[in-house]
Amino acid sequence: MTTAPGEDLLRVEALEAIYGGGIRALSGVDLTVREGEIVALAGSNGAGKTTLLRAIANLLTATGGRITAGRVAYAGRDVARTRTDVLVRNGLVSVLEGRHCFRSLTVEENLIAGGLGRGSGRAELQADLQRVYALFPRLAQKRSLPAGLVSGGEQQMTAIGRALMGHPRLLVLDEPSMGLAPLVTDEIYRILGALNRSDGLTLLVAEQNVALALRHAHRCVVLETGRSILEGLAADLRTRDDIRQVYLGLGPAQRVSKRPPLPMEV
Amino acid sequence: MNPELSFFVEVVVGGLLSGVMYALVAIGFVLIYKTSGVLNFAQGAMVLFAALTFVSLVEWGLPFPAALIATLAVMVVVGLAVERAVLRPLVNQPPITLFMATLGVAYVIEGAAQLVWGTQVHGLDLGIDDTPLEFGGVLVSRFDLFAAAVAGLMVALLTLFFRYTRTGLAFRAVADDPLAALSIGLRLPRIWSAVWIASGIVALVAGLLWGARLGVQFSLSLVVLKALPVLVLGGFDSIAGAIVAGLIVGAAEKLAEVYLGPFIGGGIEGWIAYVAALALLLIRPSGLLGQRSVERA
Repeated sequence: MTTAPGEDLLRVEALEAIYGGGIRALSGVDLTVREGEIVALAGSNGAGKTTLLRAIANLLTATGGRITAGRVAYAGRDVARTRTDVLVRNGLVSVLEGRHCFRSLTVEENLIAGGLGRGSGRAELQADLQRVYALFPRLAQKRSLPAGLVSGGEQQMTAIGRALMGHPRLLVLDEPSMGLAPLVTDEIYRILGALNRSDGLTLLVAEQNVALALRHAHRCVVLETGRSILEGLAADLRTRDDIRQVYLGLGPAQRVSKRPPLPMEV
Repeated sequence: MNPELSFFVEVVVGGLLSGVMYALVAIGFVLIYKTSGVLNFAQGAMVLFAALTFVSLVEWGLPFPAALIATLAVMVVVGLAVERAVLRPLVNQPPITLFMATLGVAYVIEGAAQLVWGTQVHGLDLGIDDTPLEFGGVLVSRFDLFAAAVAGLMVALLTLFFRYTRTGLAFRAVADDPLAALSIGLRLPRIWSAVWIASGIVALVAGLLWGARLGVQFSLSLVVLKALPVLVLGGFDSIAGAIVAGLIVGAAEKLAEVYLGPFIGGGIEGWIAYVAALALLLIRPSGLLGQRSVERA
């Protein structure tokens, strides 16, 4: 499984998925993430962001859903039926919505657990721990506290650090800003951006806060009621009036747009 | 010591020591419940199966250690087989389905035990002589002391295992948040297998101790009924809770039997633990030490 920078690392085609036997959650999603990119997945509550990310990591069946049509390819292979632990060992690691730290385990135990999936050795675990602590110095101070007792931002850092312990090539994050103060969110995005630039870590981030997503991502895909309705460079989308009005709550940009408004509910 | 007091202490100590053995059965439940949310009703049948296998092997003329190792191997296979054949295909099913499945498994195991080893009652002699020891006027059963020591050792080993090994860490992670454990690539089926093996081993130890005390017979599988109030009291997901509740139930049973029994007419031992468990359910539904999630206020 090798791809060069700029090649497609993840490709989702016409994906459809249902929940609980019949509730349609995705009804046609196309998405491509190239090696080395940061792609934001924007959309309102219930648009299908979480379902899509879970489908990609094959976590859907564990939560009562399943893929009914379409294709998910990672590093050139069809992975719709590949077990999550196999995906993790091949570098596709997710950070779940709502952080999902192991609350009764200490911060450090959470991080170590993140290295167990790929079978890291003792020395490697130590080196990886030091790397995570260097990225998130606050975690080093809180390392022996139960993760359930640290702040929301620290829990998010723990969840991200735990995923990093698995040596991801593609890190999939579901709403890392949820419930966090803007300052903390900025810190987290700054660190993720730095990892992207220095280590070439590819990121796919679902984000309800579209302004935030457009500020940090290279490209953005917009989901609406289970469909991908729009895709483009973050820099272009930022200046589009329909995006500014519907998602950013701003007035039109200086130039007058000739594009018709997007068919969507607000 | 005043004879009234020393009699009281004797009752309490005897109760506590048998409580340790209740705790041992309860821990078998906790292990599985914590990691997979299954209340394994077959735990009692596993206890019976282990004891019966061991006794029969000894009666065949196998030396004690060889019989122990062989039974251990059998219990590992039984634990793995149940997990693989019954629970894994039912993963993500509602808890009641899983519970019913283990109920079925309980009777299948009992039936299989009957088929393979026959129905007669066996005596099991672990070679512990049961003359009481005296500590300052208090008589304590030597066998109860031995059983409590073995059970205590078992608990200590399990605790060390969960605290200091990778498998133990993975176990705690799965118990804490299965979806998160899945998302970081932990292999849940592997952990479930490990847990079923562990509960098979716990069943073996419990089976030998209970078998030696009560005789190896089919009523041995009813020790689950002793473990249930312990689980309710301690919380289904807490090993420490199982130990504390086991001690409480053991002591309470004996005290009630001795001091309340004469007024009500005896036989309290059988049901007093359920009364305590019911009372506690009303006050604290998650049990004494059951999981209250770790949360900031």
